[in-house]
Amino acid sequence: MSAWRVAWLIARKDLRVERRSRVVTNQVVPFAGVTMVIFAFALDSDAVLQRVAPGLVWLATMFSLLVLVQRSFAIETDDGALDAMRVAGVDARAIFLGKAIALAAELVALELILLFAAVILYGQSIAAGSVVLLVTTLVAATCGLAAVGTLYGGLAAGFRGRETLLPLLTLPAVAPVLIGATRAVEAALGTAGAVVSDGWPWVGLLTVFAVAFGVGGSLAFGPLIDE
Amino acid sequence: MNGDHDDDDTGNTMTTTDPAQTADTVSITAPRSTGTSATRVVGVAAIVAMAWLVAFGLGFSPADRDQEEAVRILYVHVPTIWLAYLAFVVTAIASALYLFTSKQSLGWDRAAGASAEIGVVFVAVTLVVGALWGRLTWGVFWQWDARLTTTALLFVTYVGYLAVRRLGGSHRQRARRSAVLGLIAVLEIPLVHWSVRLWRSLHQEATVLDTDGDIDMDGLMLFSLFVGVIAFTLLYAWLMMHRVRAMAMEDLVEDRGLDAALAARRAEGGA
Repeated sequence: MSAWRVAWLIARKDLRVERRSRVVTNQVVPFAGVTMVIFAFALDSDAVLQRVAPGLVWLATMFSLLVLVQRSFAIETDDGALDAMRVAGVDARAIFLGKAIALAAELVALELILLFAAVILYGQSIAAGSVVLLVTTLVAATCGLAAVGTLYGGLAAGFRGRETLLPLLTLPAVAPVLIGATRAVEAALGTAGAVVSDGWPWVGLLTVFAVAFGVGGSLAFGPLIDE
Repeated sequence: MNGDHDDDDTGNTMTTTDPAQTADTVSITAPRSTGTSATRVVGVAAIVAMAWLVAFGLGFSPADRDQEEAVRILYVHVPTIWLAYLAFVVTAIASALYLFTSKQSLGWDRAAGASAEIGVVFVAVTLVVGALWGRLTWGVFWQWDARLTTTALLFVTYVGYLAVRRLGGSHRQRARRSAVLGLIAVLEIPLVHWSVRLWRSLHQEATVLDTDGDIDMDGLMLFSLFVGVIAFTLLYAWLMMHRVRAMAMEDLVEDRGLDAALAARRAEGGA
């Protein structure tokens, strides 16, 4: 079986587990939603909320990413499934890719919900001309986030204190995604007078980030979990 | 897990094959301090250089036209960040040497860890004295400018690296995990720096290491800065030597504790 095929099977397995357990729909999505509401409490001004809405969408995404990554590796380590897969000779790169693909699928769904929430709660509007930029940004940013999350999730999996270690490792690493994706979405939504063409250089940054961590992560994942 | 220290290169070989003897071997010779004549020479040199730095930084060098007395902070600020960069480069190189040499010597792992610890301390010093300098010169402690922000993220990244080193497991597991992470940081830092630079830039351009090659600085100020670099380099070398040896001894203590526990358990079973 090729690595891609194994990765695809692992991704489908993860998504099936999530569909049946309903943890993502019953806990992670409500968590992300409540984050959007408490941002409004903290900022307490419609004008400020409109201005910072793209950043808040991505902040809520990053917090949810941490929860999703914990969840993604909790289902592996509970039964020693990660070790079992390695003993069975499954390529570590395939495990990395599979888990990253499943994580990316969950993240995209979550980001769409959060964008929708921003339209409703923070008074954003999406013009037809900016949809291409918006979709490209979502895809590029999500790939980077999923790669970093899977890499550090695998590193912290199975250790005491992983709940606190994961944010410490992940948040500095995904800072470029927060910066790039926020600016690109600002351009797409026209926040503070930004125009769509301002967004494309940031998509470049997000793409480089996703490729770097996709390649680096798939190489590093084996040595990290192989213990 | 128990076999980890067999190929250790600390120079302290232990024979623990016979469980009955293990309880006695706890008293075998181990170095009682991390000092040697080499560390003493470097340590004295570091003290002398620091005294020079105080004399030149606070006394002989003139006050700046624009920054006035605050310029003296830079004789600490600039050398510590240079040495921190050096320390993180050493961490990356030692990590690569651990992973890609066939012997996989734990000495490289300890060098990487010790260097990262010292680097984190130096970055912390840079950030603190930099904030003080900023308050005096810019009027604020912190500016969200590219270099400051990158430095803060660099600091947090290596604090995370040090946390991973303390995750537990055998020495080999620790070494492999942290070596991979030490190399990932090399991927991470340039990306962070690039993104933050795109985000904003305000920090004054580098004066000594700028690209046009000539140095625009008063002679005595430049000399004071040079003394600072020497002093902090010596301090780094001195701390490295002690810290690497202290880490080797920590590893040894852990191994012995494990061996002693195993021997006690075997003795229980035999009785």
